[in-house]
Order: sequence, then structure tokens, then C-alpha cells
Amino acid sequence: MTNNQLTENGQLRHFLTIEGLKRPLLTEIMDRAEQFSSIGNRQVKKVPLLRGKTIMNLFFENSTRTRTTFELAAKRLSADVISLNISTSATSKGESLLDTLHNLEAMHTDMFVVRHNQSGAAEFIAQHVAPHVSVINAGDGCHAHPTQAMLDMFTIRRHKQHFPDLRVAIIGDILHSRVARSQIQALSTLGVGEIRVIGPKTLLPADCQTLGVHVYHDLDEGLRDVDVIMTLRLQNERMQGALLPSAREYFQCFGLTEEKLKLAKADAIVLHPGPINRGVEIASTVADGPQSVILEQVTHGIAIRMAVMTMALGSQAEEGVL
Amino acid sequence: MKTQISNGRVIDPASNIDSHLDLFIDEDKIVAISDYYDGFAADQIIDASGLIICPGLVDLCARLREPGQEHTATIDSETQAAAKGGITSLCVPPNTDPIIDSPAVVELIEDRAKKAGRTMVYTIGALTQKLEGKLLSEMMALKQAGCIGISNGLSPIKNSLVLRRAMEYAATLDFTLFINATDPWLQAQGCVHEGMVSTRLGLGGIAEAAETIAVSRDLLLIEQTGVRAHFHNLSTAKAVAMIQQAQQHGLNVTADVSAHHLHLSEHDIGNYDSLSHVMPPLRSTRDRDQLQQGLRDGVISAICSNHQPLDNDAKQGPFAQTKPGISGLETLLSLTMKLVDDGEISLKQAVANLTCNPATILNIDAGQLKVGGSADICIINPAAHNECQPQQFVSSGKNSPFTGWLFNHEVSHTLFNGKLVYQKDSD
Repeated sequence: MTNNQLTENGQLRHFLTIEGLKRPLLTEIMDRAEQFSSIGNRQVKKVPLLRGKTIMNLFFENSTRTRTTFELAAKRLSADVISLNISTSATSKGESLLDTLHNLEAMHTDMFVVRHNQSGAAEFIAQHVAPHVSVINAGDGCHAHPTQAMLDMFTIRRHKQHFPDLRVAIIGDILHSRVARSQIQALSTLGVGEIRVIGPKTLLPADCQTLGVHVYHDLDEGLRDVDVIMTLRLQNERMQGALLPSAREYFQCFGLTEEKLKLAKADAIVLHPGPINRGVEIASTVADGPQSVILEQVTHGIAIRMAVMTMALGSQAEEGVL
Repeated sequence: MKTQISNGRVIDPASNIDSHLDLFIDEDKIVAISDYYDGFAADQIIDASGLIICPGLVDLCARLREPGQEHTATIDSETQAAAKGGITSLCVPPNTDPIIDSPAVVELIEDRAKKAGRTMVYTIGALTQKLEGKLLSEMMALKQAGCIGISNGLSPIKNSLVLRRAMEYAATLDFTLFINATDPWLQAQGCVHEGMVSTRLGLGGIAEAAETIAVSRDLLLIEQTGVRAHFHNLSTAKAVAMIQQAQQHGLNVTADVSAHHLHLSEHDIGNYDSLSHVMPPLRSTRDRDQLQQGLRDGVISAICSNHQPLDNDAKQGPFAQTKPGISGLETLLSLTMKLVDDGEISLKQAVANLTCNPATILNIDAGQLKVGGSADICIINPAAHNECQPQQFVSSGKNSPFTGWLFNHEVSHTLFNGKLVYQKDSD
């Protein structure tokens, strides 16, 4: 399969999925994010790396956290950024996705940040933009959410030194989760020793092991001796499709409580992509507890997105400029 | 008009002919198949040296989009494509707009097809009114109007009682029932085979059971009602095994497969290639191999185009939002013959799967070369070495995933009722 995310000399052109990217590139994203992460602590939270560039956030699906962090990332890089909530404008008037895209492209946009409820939407858009335009996937259907996965990796790296020594468990709705798919690919690429997924059969995709994971249906077994626990959001509509009986029963079987957390290693960290359903996939005491790194994830999201934006737009984040 | 097709290799499985013979045609009839024919003064001689002469192909399932979607394709445009594909008889499923549930629609399609004059177009009537799966259609009227069979198309009948009664009624009229077996609930949220690829791409999967549950229910009702039934477009290994078992138990059922399901699998979807979006979905490589095995075993006796011409817009968008379907008339022969090149089936079987076998399923007088029979003939160049270029299709639908495939065999001439309706440009 050709990797159309990369330029001929292996540089990032689009950022659509972790699949197919090599370890040095993922490391470069994290290294660069490390450089950017101090900017948020400054009085003047801005660098001129993307001055004069136009970035459009195209959100065909609602989002608060992701859209805000992409916007902040663009602003801290001095780009002109516009966020469009498209589900309520163009497409509801019957305009096709391609027409919407070409119209916005005609406004000399340099980068689209796209979130869409259909798997493959970012890929489709990337196939149809002009050669100088970059596309960053901010989540497409159940397929991929690569910047989320990278900020998770960044957060793990901040706490744990060496990826190959780690045992990581992902709990919950893997079937519908673009976050989980990207996390699994990133963890594998970074050489994590063991990746586990834990959930009921209704929330695990067919042939799940082909993703390179060990499958557990029992939370106690799956959590034993892990270094990192990645919880996932459980959408309320899952109860409607006969996938689960109730939120209460889900919490009983797969909710991460203090008691369950004790099964993992004593220094295990807990991640969650947000927004959290307290008392559904995670207990408040865990989410707010000492092992939780959930708010750090949000902060790191800005640095990771700055890193990816500068890499895709070919800017050199030189030390001097920072 | 007298035509002689000379020096070709005649292959006609129905008559058990495979030898170098000449075909002599007077007006619309074959008058002799032999080395010579005394006193025959041909007006036209087609030199078929190095070519294969076989009966015109019979396609069990092709959508022409007329009436209802003339902006996509018309009977005129698609019968041209059929002629280019060597097809001289084809069947239209009932889901036109309006639906083929009244004699008027049958007449309209037959009139337009007759006017085009390039291939015989047969209609399959709607089993239930508006294909809603609730009330029986007027099957007798449809039969009298010329429908060759009856089907609920791509709209599965959810209510088993309605299906049972529809089968009983069809059996009363000695109508063949054509079935696209799918469980509507298991299919509802999917667009690709449930397996490795759906998992990797995050696309809704359609479980194998969507087909097998429907096949098993339908087989039980077929057995009970005694209706003669044909399964269209099988996609799973298990369904093939179930039909094989039913046939061994003496049940009167037949099955076909689309040419693309014999070559492609879920992996051909690659990175959301909407041209490989079809229904039923492309399944695992094991399923594909077992469909080929089903052909060899004779469980599946026909290969169809499952032609679904679509305009470019229909294939533009995120995968699940694109329309399923492949424009298949112009690759039916080449894809089938590729199975011969690959050593999967014999040449004789390939020709039978495209000619006499589907004709037998339809119970029509076609798919065979015989003296006194219609001169519906397909002449094949077995050494064409042609690269498939869907943009050059004469069909209005250029939606084919086979761009760049190399085909050894291609149609060089098509005769329908003795008339040359297609000839490959000798450039």
C-alpha cells in the first residue's frame, strides 16, 4: 500500500493515520513536541513559525477539546486559523463534501484539520486537495485519531522511560474507537512489549488479534501487572444497539475502580482521552487520583499538535526561533 | 444476408463441440456448423483464424438503470456495453423505478431493448408489491407480460410467512424465484466484510452470517414449498457448502457468482477504495477460493456480471457513503477467462458458465450453437493481451476496480440474431 501521508523524501505531508509510519518519525513528533511544550508556560505564548499560513479546522462532528487544542496550537504558531462547524452549515444545505472542500481550498488554505463521523473521510479529503495543501486527521469515524494517540505516547514517555519494557492495557469500546486503533498502532510501532485490550465481545472488533494485541474479557486478568492503563469513553448510544445492557453493569464489569487499579503495577499510570463518564468507565477517585495523568494529556495535546502542524507545513522548529 | 464465420475454433459445451469448424448463418439463423456448406454464397465472411467461436453470453444479472435513472445509464447505452461484452441475453432485476411489478414496465423495457436491437433483455418481476415484502405482486400478469422469473431484488423479505406464501404462489405458477440472500439486520450497519479489513479501517462489518442465515432460512422454505429457486451472487464459503448439501439432497436449487467475487477479496479495498465497494461485500481470500471451488464442483453453475453502472459522484466520498456496485458487462468474459489462464477452471467450463448453464437456469432457448437456432454468437480473441481501461468502457458506468489488469481474452465480434452488433476495431 502506498503511503500518501509522506513526501518522496519521507517527510510528513499529511497526518492521517499512524499506520505505515516508522518509529523515527513518531519519535521526531514527540521530540519536537517536547521543544514546544515549554511555550505554554511563558508570558508570551507565541512563536512565529507559521506566520502567514492559513489553517482551517473543519469539524463535521462536534468536539470541544480537540478543536480547542488545535486552534490554540495554530495560534501559538502564529498561523491564521478559522474553525468551521460544518455539520450545521454547508452540508445541511445539500452541498457535497468535495464541493465544500474545493470552496474552502479556493480561499488559499494551507492546511485542513478535519474531523468527520465517517471512517476514511480524512483519507478521501487528502486525495482530493491541491498538492500544496496538508490534511491533519482530527478523528475520522471509527478509524483513526493519530494526534490523540501521539499525545498519549508523549504522556507515557514523560512517565515511563523505555517503551519495549512496558505492558499496556486498553479497556473498553475498541470496536467503535478511533482512539484505540491509533493507540494500538502507535504502541506497536514504538515497540511496546505487550498490548492488551479488555472488553466484552460486543465491543471488540472481529479478528481483533490481527491488530497485534492480546484479548482479555476479564478486567482482573487483563490488568494484572500492567504499567499503563488506557481507558476509553463509552458512548451512551451503545446501550441502544443491544451492545450492552446498562451503564451500571458495564461499570461493574469493566469500570476502573481503585480496587481494580491495585491489580496493575504500583506505579501504573491511567490515561483517558476525554470527555470522561465518571462512574461508567472510570471511578472519580481514579480519574482524580494520584495515578491519573488525564489533565496532563490535555496540556500535551497542544504541543503534539504544534509539532505535527509544523512538520506537515515544512517549517523547521529551530532552537533559535524557539 | 448470409454470413460465414470461418477458420475459428468452435466451442459449444451444450453440443459438446470443440473443433475447428465454420458457421454458416442465413439471416438470423444458424444453418450449418461444418467444414463446408454446399452452395452457400456468403455476403459476409468473418475470418476467425486464431479466434474462439462460442454462443453469445447469457448474463443473469445486469442493471440497465432505465426506467428511473436515465441520468446514470440507459437501455441504449448499456446494451451497447453488453454487445461489447459478447452478451446476447441478459436479465434485469426488478428494482427499476418504477419497479417491475406491472406489465406496463415489462413492456417498456422490452420495447426499448427491441429498439436498441443489440441483445435480448429479459425482465425479472417483483415478488412483492413495490418490493416492500408485504403484499404479493400480480405474478400471473407479470408472467403473461413476459417476465422470466420473480425476485424481491436487493430488498430481503423480513417476514418469513410472507416469503413462504410468495414461494408457494410462485411455485403454483411454475415461476423461478431469484434470491439475493441477506439478513437485513445483520447487514444494516455494514459496508464491508466483517474481518481483518473492517477492523483495520474502522468500517462497519457485515458478518458472514448475514448471508448464511438467509440462505438457510430460504433453503428450508424452498424445500417446504417446492419452488424452483436460484441464488444470485453468493459471497461466502459456507453458503456454497449449504447449497451443495441441499443439491445433494435433491433440492431444485442453483446458484451464480459475480465475476468480481471470483477475483477480489476484502484486501482489495486497500485504503478505502470505493470502486471495490460492492454488495454483498468482497469477503476473505478463503471465501474467494471456495467460490472458485464451488464453480469447479458445479455447485455454482453460472458467472454473472452483476452489472451496476454508477456515475462518478456515486463513488466520491467517504467509503460508507459511496454507492456499492461495479460496472461489469465489459469485463465479464475477460475475468471469467482469466480463471482459465490461472488454471482454476477449464475453457469448456468457463464457456458453459457463461452460456448454456445460465440459459438452463432461465429456461430459455439460448447459450447453444445449433442448426436452426438463433445466430447469437460471441467470437473471442484469446491472445489480446489487453490492459483494462474502464475510462474506455462504452457503458455509462466507468466504475470498475480492474484498471490496469491484463486480460488475455477479449471479445472480438458479437452477433445478435445474425447481425454483427459489435466488432473490435482492428487498430
